[in-house]
Amino acid sequence: MKILVCISNVPDTTSKINFTEGDTKFDTNGVQFVINPNDEFGLTRAMWFKEKQGATVHVVNVGGAQTEPTIRKALAIGADEAIRVDAEPKDGFFVAQQLAEVVKNGDYDLIIAGRESIDYNGGMVPGILATLLDMNFVNTCIGLEIDGDSATAVREIDGGKEKISTSLPLVIGGQKGLVEESDLRIPNMRGIMMARKKALNVVEPIDAPQPTQDQKFEKPAAKGPVKLVDASNVGELVELLHNEAKVI
Amino acid sequence: MSVLVYTESLKGKFKKNAFEAASYAHKVAQDLGTTVTAVSFNAEEDALLGTYGVSKVLKVSGDSLATFNAKAYAEVLAEAAKAEDTKVIILSSSADSKFLAPILAAKLTAGYVPNVVAAPESTSPFVVKRTAFSNKGFAMTEISSDVKVIGVSSNAFGVVENNVSASVEDFGPSLGDNAFAVKSVEVDRVVGKATIADADIVVSGGRGLKGPENWGMVEELADVLGAATACSKPVSDMGWRPHSEHVGQTGKPVASNLYIAIGISGAIQHLAGINASKVKVVINNDPEAPFFKAADYGIVGDAFEVVPELIEKLKEFKAQNT
Repeated sequence: MKILVCISNVPDTTSKINFTEGDTKFDTNGVQFVINPNDEFGLTRAMWFKEKQGATVHVVNVGGAQTEPTIRKALAIGADEAIRVDAEPKDGFFVAQQLAEVVKNGDYDLIIAGRESIDYNGGMVPGILATLLDMNFVNTCIGLEIDGDSATAVREIDGGKEKISTSLPLVIGGQKGLVEESDLRIPNMRGIMMARKKALNVVEPIDAPQPTQDQKFEKPAAKGPVKLVDASNVGELVELLHNEAKVI
Repeated sequence: MSVLVYTESLKGKFKKNAFEAASYAHKVAQDLGTTVTAVSFNAEEDALLGTYGVSKVLKVSGDSLATFNAKAYAEVLAEAAKAEDTKVIILSSSADSKFLAPILAAKLTAGYVPNVVAAPESTSPFVVKRTAFSNKGFAMTEISSDVKVIGVSSNAFGVVENNVSASVEDFGPSLGDNAFAVKSVEVDRVVGKATIADADIVVSGGRGLKGPENWGMVEELADVLGAATACSKPVSDMGWRPHSEHVGQTGKPVASNLYIAIGISGAIQHLAGINASKVKVVINNDPEAPFFKAADYGIVGDAFEVVPELIEKLKEFKAQNT
């Protein structure tokens, strides 16, 4: 089985978000970048397929040269090879078209992406990719087993979960649950050394339309101070929620 | 040229997000000088959509589409969009809509923008406001493709009544076997309990509750309020509560009217995830907990004393107000 894990290079979850150039761009100043958490759960599941079922695992990122430390981290975790499509990830449709080209050239059976990136939250790359390639697709995937060409997946739905049966070739929009938080791997020194020798192939992007464009960003409005209620007077909170906030 | 809306239902009944999506579609149709056409799947009260501004319902029925199937539903919507010569399609931000929308966008080569929180800023160019950076910011996003797909956030634009009379037509495009290559085997859904996705009130517990055995009072508080229960990331990582209850940046987002956080310190990732909630209450024994800076109301105190007291006061309040 040949697996392609799509990784996005995103600000660390603890990052404070600021905008620059007249609020038209995300301010990367002082921001630590990481593998998108939803993608990292998928990458870790791919490692399981590699170790238990002999899968080959490639990772791909659409981004400029500045994303290579994040790609190298994925190699240090255990991916065999990496591809970087040398383009700014303009929007989800654009990225999905770039990835579709990589998949066509690579003969992959399983493509694992995150359900969304935690920066631009488009949540569309795996679904568009699957549709462009006419592959099966399962989103918000929290469990995946592969047996030959058959796949059994668990999908998170609002208020529960759904068991799904399908077949390869398959695209997954993954998230926590594919593996547990405690299964995530921190690269060790040997992995980091080996990652330096693994192939990181840079490919040119294809011409592709970009149907959406972020024109401007803003931060949420500043919040007023909290109204404190004394612990000995809990009834006052009920009264405030009813009469002032009008939410009960 | 009508605006198309996907109206979700469960066991024949429309969900609240169907009315929100229809309300939003009506606003867009007004801006564009056209009408709203809804697509419903095995719904029982199609005419009800007229209350929210839908003038025509394309009613899809039949056993093969009784259970949600993203690809098959997307094909039906794509056919409906072609039949109606639709340029704008509105969906919700439910798990089902977010599964289906990218498939639909790819089929129609449409720009897709999810998590939209307000009526379009303008329709020419077509610009919408959406959340970005996991609720730490907003983006004004232009959609330049001919066909546009918009996912509306829950509890943002809201439900707006615009009474029109809705005509109902049967709609049954033929679908190939390939549309059903991803099969639902079993659905395990909590019944009779509010879910985080659509609850008006969410009650959430954190590490301050010391252990899973102490969740009884969280559930009782949720029961009294008709609320959904949720938890912080450490709580789900430690296995005290299921992953499905984890709210925050890598968990579920919350956009309820009221969010009550008990024993949650308020890490930046958690606050991002619940930022879209309208009123936030924090109960924590540490007055320095960051959550107090993000909350509207707070009580500094021991949760094991405050929460039972709050349950009692709410029961008294409910008894007087029903």
